[in-house]
Amino acid sequence: MNAALAPPPSAPTPSETPTHYLNASYGFRSWLLTLDHKRIALLYLASITLFFFIGGFYAVLVRLELVTPAGDLMSAENYNTAFTLHGVVMIFFFLIPSIPAVLGNFLIPIMIGARDLAFPKLNLLSWYIYMVGGMVAAYALFTGGVDTGWTLYAPYSSTYSNSNVTATAIAAFITGFSSILTGLNFVVTIHKMRAPGLTWFRLPLFVWAHYATSVIQVLGTPVLAITLVLLILERSFGFGFFDPARGGDPVLFQHLFWFYSHPAVYIMILPSMGVISELVTCFSRKKVFGYGFIAMSSVAIAVLGFLVWGHHMFVSGQSVYAGMVFSILSFMVGIPSAIKVFNWTATMYKGSISYSTPMIYAFGFIGLFTIGGLTGLFLANLGLDIHLHDTYFVVAHFHYIMVGGAVMGYLGGIHYWWPKMTGRLYPEGWARFSALVLFVGFNLTFFPQFLLGYMGMPRRYHAYPEEFQVLNVMSSAGASILGVGYLIPMIYLFWSMRYGRLAPENPWGAKGLEWTTPSPPTTFNFDETPVVTEEAYEYVKEEKH
Amino acid sequence: MSDHSSHGSGLAHQFDDLDQQLDATTLGMWLFLAQEIMFFGGLFAAYTIYRNWHPEAFAEASHHLDIKLGGFNTVVLIFSSLTMALGVRAAQMGKNKAVFNYLFATFMLGNVFLVVKAFEYHHKWVEGLIPGPWFRFEGSTDPAVQMFFNLYFAMTGMHALHMIIGGGLLIYFMVQARKNRYHEGYYGPVEIMGLYWHFVDIVWIFLFPLLYLLGLHNS
Ligand code: HEM
Ligand SMILES: [Cu+2]
Repeated sequence: MNAALAPPPSAPTPSETPTHYLNASYGFRSWLLTLDHKRIALLYLASITLFFFIGGFYAVLVRLELVTPAGDLMSAENYNTAFTLHGVVMIFFFLIPSIPAVLGNFLIPIMIGARDLAFPKLNLLSWYIYMVGGMVAAYALFTGGVDTGWTLYAPYSSTYSNSNVTATAIAAFITGFSSILTGLNFVVTIHKMRAPGLTWFRLPLFVWAHYATSVIQVLGTPVLAITLVLLILERSFGFGFFDPARGGDPVLFQHLFWFYSHPAVYIMILPSMGVISELVTCFSRKKVFGYGFIAMSSVAIAVLGFLVWGHHMFVSGQSVYAGMVFSILSFMVGIPSAIKVFNWTATMYKGSISYSTPMIYAFGFIGLFTIGGLTGLFLANLGLDIHLHDTYFVVAHFHYIMVGGAVMGYLGGIHYWWPKMTGRLYPEGWARFSALVLFVGFNLTFFPQFLLGYMGMPRRYHAYPEEFQVLNVMSSAGASILGVGYLIPMIYLFWSMRYGRLAPENPWGAKGLEWTTPSPPTTFNFDETPVVTEEAYEYVKEEKH
Repeated sequence: MSDHSSHGSGLAHQFDDLDQQLDATTLGMWLFLAQEIMFFGGLFAAYTIYRNWHPEAFAEASHHLDIKLGGFNTVVLIFSSLTMALGVRAAQMGKNKAVFNYLFATFMLGNVFLVVKAFEYHHKWVEGLIPGPWFRFEGSTDPAVQMFFNLYFAMTGMHALHMIIGGGLLIYFMVQARKNRYHEGYYGPVEIMGLYWHFVDIVWIFLFPLLYLLGLHNS
């Protein structure tokens, strides 16, 4: 840690431990019935971490199977189950709740100077709903799993699959409501609970990003809910919504599914972009470049994101004209995403950059997200997509965004706010080391998949021709490095909760209301409602010495 | 949706005053309703597509619904919206007894609706119009007639589910009114309950013509 970031002398000494949200009360009840947004955030943190490792377990199975060309480790059916559970768990139970439900929950009220979210009971309820959904998912998982792919396409899911489709659909349906309630809570909180002086254009960009995300959660998720209801009615009660023999059409399922699931990819990436805006400004010691553009590009992404779902269906038999429109609109979605990347880069320009762990994650995010976004444009190309659709190229594209982007942002955020959440500092050396391990492991895992896909290796098969082996072995080797990269932070973050150095109020010298509260904050965050008198990120650039 | 625990006035700790609390809960309910619109929107989208593809089959299938019962239920729901609105008004004036009575009337009208609906469902059951392997339809052999009933049951079923939830909420608010909870400064929960109830009614106002009144000008 460099001199600029050394804790100021005011760090509390252990002898005078003040009351804060963690030691305000003890016992199971005080956690399971808490209405404190910060404690609920930690409940979420524990539960999504659990699901992350369950999802990771299935990823290990997939990568192990693909080390050899022959389908030898698992039967085709078991392989289908493995990648489906990997996708379902990672998307619905880890990535969608990750940043909003943990960091957003913890930080939004503090960042806007409020005592809590607008609806604390609803917040706790959303965690319980999430857990019930998770339990149903676990039931589906232990009673044979599901083999349809996370996309649950009809008619395979509605008619032919013998696996636990109904239970999985119910699980996703239920957790969907936890996502809706979180989003609803955030929108109301951001509208109605801002501290005096905190105008819309003084909000931290993290809050803007969550505002846009929340709008998608509230408006998109119910469409998935009704789609799943129709699927369950078809599968369990013999209704024929997607069955041509009874006047239905399976393509309708795809339309409804992607109407939610494309916007859902922005539920996963927008909050991460919000985190990156905070990190880049703090560790460049500079006011963010183009605040308004970054804020508005989040909103633009939320709006445009609802208009491009058809790019998943170029080869589904949808009309060519629809395909053309969806293609053009998908290219347009690239614009607000690129605006952000350019603005972050411009923020760093001539900044005084320090290479603390969160900033390393931010660098990782920017590079990997850019690759993921640009390959998205390849796929949005009508002609090219015919070649690339359902190949490993698509798998690489979305992992670059979801793992290289969203998860890197999540980890960067966890590190950045860890001192605030726990009152402890993590070991900087280990943290930097594991960030690098993750970066290397990630690229080794997923870059070969671009090549594989381009060469024509389809996704979702347990066997492949000999000539693809080298790249697949590289990918599996990378995955094991990646796995180590996730385990190291698990260990030292746990360790630091007890043994880490005590964190001062503002270990990074960062701007923002959350850094004016004690680490960790008290139950109601502020003794007195703060008054905001300046724009966000009023960093004063220090001279280099 | 609201927290009224800490103060006798009904103000929850995270808000500064009752105005802010009312603003927030109202906005919350509107967002919830936006969510509901998207939820039903999926069904309406499916309806629009399939009806456009199979107008004749839909019209023919629609004739098997009972317009009289459907019309009666429409009137019942419109009345329940009136009693609900009067209940909100009573809460704003702090007349807890009137709140109770109006909400009770709303609750009973909702039940009448559900009982009539149950009779209609039973009728369809007897006629073999429940989708699935047991589906029997005399007349058109177009498989799309079954799609009409798929949609009929899914749409009215989801609507009925919302009515049942609304009924449960009404009971809660009736109990609160009995405890004299509401006064001029604190009536928000009844008001947002009203928003929900009116929304559910409006959904029916769309469902009735779309399901019951198809192709009448041809017959
Ligand atoms: C610049 C913006 C983006 C564009 C233009 C874009 C474009 C595309 C296209 C055209 C496909 C379909 C490929 C195919 O199946 O043939 C696709 C798939 C996918 N994209 Fe993106 N994408 C973008 C951003 C994102 C983001 C931000 C995420 C996630 C956070 C994401 C996640 C996914 C996923 C999960 C799939 C695969 C879904 C599946 O079939 O399982 N994309 N993308
Ligand atoms: Cu998409």
